Amino acid sequence: MDIAVVDYGMGNLRSVSKALEHVAPHASVCVTDRPADVLAAGRVVVPGQGAMPDCMRELHARGLAEAVVEASRSKPFLGICIGLQMLFECSEEGNVAGLGVLSGTVRRFPSGRLDASGARLKVPHMGWNEVQQAGSHPLWAGIAQASRFYFVHSYYADAEAVASGRCTYGLPFTAAIARDNIFAVQFHPEKSQAAGLQLLRNFVSWHP
Amino acid sequence: MGLAKRVIPCLDVTAGRVVKGVNFVSLRDAGDPVEIAARYDDQGADELTFLDITASSDDRDIILHVIEAVASRVFIPLTVGGGVRKVEDVRRLLNAGADKVSINTAAVQNPALVSEASGKVGNQCIVVAIDAKRGAQGWEVYTHGGRNATGLDAIDWARRMEAAGAGEILLTSMDRDGTRDGFDIGLTRAVSDAVGIPVVASGGVGTLEHLAQGVLEGGADAVLAASIFHFGEHTVRAAKRYMHSRGIEVRL
Repeated sequence: MDIAVVDYGMGNLRSVSKALEHVAPHASVCVTDRPADVLAAGRVVVPGQGAMPDCMRELHARGLAEAVVEASRSKPFLGICIGLQMLFECSEEGNVAGLGVLSGTVRRFPSGRLDASGARLKVPHMGWNEVQQAGSHPLWAGIAQASRFYFVHSYYADAEAVASGRCTYGLPFTAAIARDNIFAVQFHPEKSQAAGLQLLRNFVSWHP
Repeated sequence: MGLAKRVIPCLDVTAGRVVKGVNFVSLRDAGDPVEIAARYDDQGADELTFLDITASSDDRDIILHVIEAVASRVFIPLTVGGGVRKVEDVRRLLNAGADKVSINTAAVQNPALVSEASGKVGNQCIVVAIDAKRGAQGWEVYTHGGRNATGLDAIDWARRMEAAGAGEILLTSMDRDGTRDGFDIGLTRAVSDAVGIPVVASGGVGTLEHLAQGVLEGGADAVLAASIFHFGEHTVRAAKRYMHSRGIEVRL
């Protein structure tokens, strides 16, 4: 199997697998909840939506946490949304422990903040926001600086040491992370039209 | 620069076909949801909303096939509403490829549905649709496609639904829907100010300036329209360019 999309029973995995099939029509894309498949795959995608405590519980319940950590050490790895957040040590959402692959805490956007024009910043941060690429990376190939991607989240990471993309919503946060064979994004490339599909296309041919 | 205001075309679907006369020149099949969705995607739509107006419960599953087909071809967020009664309905729509599910009448009949669904799938997936009509004092919530008055105040209801776990409010003015006279700006502003979650303004768009007003005066986070796009009067791209010329941040 070329690409394993890790299924831990949360949310919409069809969008992710459809987008991967769209950009890599000759690759075998498998949505799986079997640790053995994750360990055997050439590449691993960890999507995620919903609440982080539920995601972590389901990941552990299916015995997938160790396989995901192992994949994050050894092969091209793409985390999406909660799939980014779970790489950290913990999240304020339910004060749950993450996988601890990266150091830091995932925090909630404060409510009631105002933007520069005095308008209230709504939470979730929902819609298309600009991502400032921090240096070049193979996954940004062919994607213009400050391209817009689709976000929907109430919690964010601020991990400057591993940031590959930055975004601002009332406060600056980490929109993309790169470290060795890991790339992870807070936005949804599978829902970000041309720019998102290009990022996925870059991922399926990435050789870190 | 920051978060863009969204422009959302809305498609009414019954028995797998788009109705209310989408009239693009050069479409091979003007009723095909996939082809229309792809057209709006090409034009730069930020999101698409499908309203399932199928009357017969026998045909309810058809919308799932529609969403599956659209989600295989169009890679932007999809919201689906109409006839959502149970958490299981929410789950099936999400599994078919919807990103958000909109709940309207069932939220009034059973507010616990919103909290239950939100607890299961996350509030980012749950939209509460509010159909509101101007009354002697404020605005009243209507259900069943605007036929039944509920006695609920729309602003209070929006706050309650936010507390129950809605991640977004889709707010339609029944007074303006279909009139092409523009959004009910007072309603839009009142609800947008009352809640901390995004508000999508709907009902009454007849010109591009109306879209701009929804954001600039109504404080909406997104604007939804049907007929001005369906009949080919304006493309979504033209709408966004116009909004940009009015100083609104959009994805161009």
